[in-house]
Amino acid sequence: MSGISSIGIHIPRLRLPLSLINAPDAKPSRAEKAVAGFDEDVITMAVSAARDCLRNAESGPVDGLYLATTTSPFSEKSAAAIVAKALNYSEHVFTADFGASLRSSAAALRAAMDAVAAGRAQRVLVIASDIRTAEPYSAQEQQLGDAAVALLVDANGALRLESDAVVSRQLYDVWREDGAATLRSWEDRFILKHGYQEGVVAAMASLAARGGPAVGSVRYLACYAPDFRSYRSLGRHLGYDAQQLVQPLFGRVGNCGVAMVPLLLAQAVDDMTAGERLVTVSYGDGAHAMSWILDAAGHLGQSSLSRQLGARLQMRSYRHYLQCRGLDVNRVPVNPAEGISATTSFREQDADIAFLAARCLACGTEQFPPTRLCYRCHEQDNLETAPLSSRRAHVASYTRDYFFPSPVPPVVAGMCEVEGGARVYVQMADYDNRELHTGMPVEFVFRRIHKAGGKPAYFWKSRLIDSTETVEATTERSAE
Amino acid sequence: MTDNMRDKVAIVGAGCSHFGENWSSSAEDMIVEAAFEAYRDAGIEQPQRQIGAVFCGALYPSRGTAEVAEALKLFDLPITLVQNYCATGTDAFRCAAMAIAAGLYETVLVVGFDKPKDRGVSGPSVSLTTSRGLPMTPAGWFSLCAAKYFETYGVGRESLARIAVKNHHNGTLAPKSMLKKEITVEDVLSARMISWPFGLYDCAAQSDGASALVLSSARSARNYPRQPVWLKGVAVTLGRNPQSDPDFDFLGWQPTRSAARECYRQAGISNPMNEIDIAQLHDCFTLTELLSYEDLGFCARGAAREHIEQGTFELGGELPVNTDGGLKSFGHPTGATGVRMLYENTLQLRGEAGDRQVAGAATALSHNIGGTPQACGVVILGAD
Repeated sequence: MSGISSIGIHIPRLRLPLSLINAPDAKPSRAEKAVAGFDEDVITMAVSAARDCLRNAESGPVDGLYLATTTSPFSEKSAAAIVAKALNYSEHVFTADFGASLRSSAAALRAAMDAVAAGRAQRVLVIASDIRTAEPYSAQEQQLGDAAVALLVDANGALRLESDAVVSRQLYDVWREDGAATLRSWEDRFILKHGYQEGVVAAMASLAARGGPAVGSVRYLACYAPDFRSYRSLGRHLGYDAQQLVQPLFGRVGNCGVAMVPLLLAQAVDDMTAGERLVTVSYGDGAHAMSWILDAAGHLGQSSLSRQLGARLQMRSYRHYLQCRGLDVNRVPVNPAEGISATTSFREQDADIAFLAARCLACGTEQFPPTRLCYRCHEQDNLETAPLSSRRAHVASYTRDYFFPSPVPPVVAGMCEVEGGARVYVQMADYDNRELHTGMPVEFVFRRIHKAGGKPAYFWKSRLIDSTETVEATTERSAE
Repeated sequence: MTDNMRDKVAIVGAGCSHFGENWSSSAEDMIVEAAFEAYRDAGIEQPQRQIGAVFCGALYPSRGTAEVAEALKLFDLPITLVQNYCATGTDAFRCAAMAIAAGLYETVLVVGFDKPKDRGVSGPSVSLTTSRGLPMTPAGWFSLCAAKYFETYGVGRESLARIAVKNHHNGTLAPKSMLKKEITVEDVLSARMISWPFGLYDCAAQSDGASALVLSSARSARNYPRQPVWLKGVAVTLGRNPQSDPDFDFLGWQPTRSAARECYRQAGISNPMNEIDIAQLHDCFTLTELLSYEDLGFCARGAAREHIEQGTFELGGELPVNTDGGLKSFGHPTGATGVRMLYENTLQLRGEAGDRQVAGAATALSHNIGGTPQACGVVILGAD
């Protein structure tokens, strides 16, 4: 058994009235967002949330500390270890950093639940903390806010996980490539439909298939949301009525990334009585739905949420916000149209990422990229997928292209004929300048093709087979 | 197959702007230059009243039809933009000819133009909007047959180089060409590599240009001041993508073979080498011209090399190809190229091609192929 036994929160006191973003002289609006001060980051916010959490819990040692964030100040160096040291934990506490996806807080929570349920840990502190930055003056900037939430997981926790379901999907909806200061996103209507809504609906369907609760038996739904409208319409779509939706805190805190669903969870639990159920859904590169029940025997004290919502310092200018973020007022936003199209790559990921050809069920012709009508017999929509990545091929034609921009010219490319199958036009990887001729055997390797527009684009390349075998043979000999 | 338009349509006026890196000319300037030369040639003094319709071809226009309408102040008549890869200009001509053959108009203007040199790149622009199909460069697409053809027929880069040398020479004789520079086989072989087997001189440059034709119905053709040049056959075909066609043979381009077959049927040609006097072929890359000799049936598959060595396709040869220097000397403003070839064939058939005139030329072919490549257009014109 395992459950959440205590909840801690940190909402930065600074609040930016949204009216100041586009009109410096405007009257401060009531709608605002929480902003981390210039001296705060995800680590300090995590420490603050953890201390709030432990104040509510019976004090005692923890044996695990998992920190989830997409905005650690470090690409290499553990933020969790700094948090553990600030909490004066023993160096034997198992610290781990979760990141890269908004779903990482749910992943950390599930890992903690599993560890405690399996008896591998007694008490694990799970912290979600995020300071995400949108392009100045963008619509997204109005939605985002900063916060951290800490959840203590132990064997007696009153909020128990009944079941959960995860779907993993990949598309460019909202992302931030390494080194970028601000979030990127593709066109709203595409990412809301094919990213957010489809992902959450798929996870909820999977949860239902695993015996998750019926809509009528759920007291609250706490779901990640990019904005209020999307939240409301998704709730309706899933069959929940307005009273079952946890207030998403837009206009007060904002969308606080990995901390959003834990924050809504805290809000729901403050209002739940024993025996009631809560469903949470985290989103990011897929979705993670979790069904919780508040144990009749257990007890979770009131969180500090309402107190922290009231403890506010109103910012006087947008400039102050930019200073806290270290942003240049005059920065020019990146053009999202550069590089691969997120919608095209979304539709074509079976061909481009999974490298699936189509085989005609009428005449057996295999073709790539997949088409609706068979190239040879013109039969319509009667094709099955045929994986190419593990099959051998041979060079049918080639060129060495010095014109196409590459850090290491030339780009070697050409047609390859897959054994017993399709022809594919691919580049050649690990090319060593040898003479090429048609008929040379190749295998396929997965490579990054380019990084234009901050969207790394992946596809398959061919590689000469005998060169690989030489490398492997050398390794084997030296091992003997 | 389709019925044909043989002898139903005539070219009665032709014009061409200077082709080149026309930094100080706009598309408007070039369109006006080409169209007014064609007007003068056809004796058209009131284009707004005399022209019934306009078909324009441009592959990357900034505004398309409006650019032509506003440049020529041709309003309140139909103007249609046609795009079909490198056969864009030829297809605009075909659509104009169809409009006349259908009996809808007596006089139609064809304008082919493109202005790639405002894009800020020296070659074609490179697209990075996909991960598959890269490198997406024309040189890469057109080199697809090189390895297999070379291995099968024992051909090498020297044969390609002789095509570049020939076309550079012819270009020195054409007043409106971009490059007027004799080169040697050694120059071609030692130039920097673009996409094997194509070095710099194996590739046509990007250039700006416009070309225009006035077409007339057969009924009215003799009312114009110049000797009419007759449409004998025209075919545009779209072929399979060589990058995904499971039956592609890597020895030539199927769209040229199918367009030629249809065009010869219309024109009644059974032995192209004997019956055609001159040809303007799509030499975007030297190998494209070489494969076209065979795809068009000028010689047997694999025989191009010996014909190149014999000089068959040089100005004094049995079947001169690219008499004005081709894409090699003019560059390739895509929408203009096919129309420019028809301009050259019109001059040749009238005996007005100056130093590059092929004596007694009576039947002339022009050919474009483009895309990966997939789209082909072939036109045959006759002097009478």
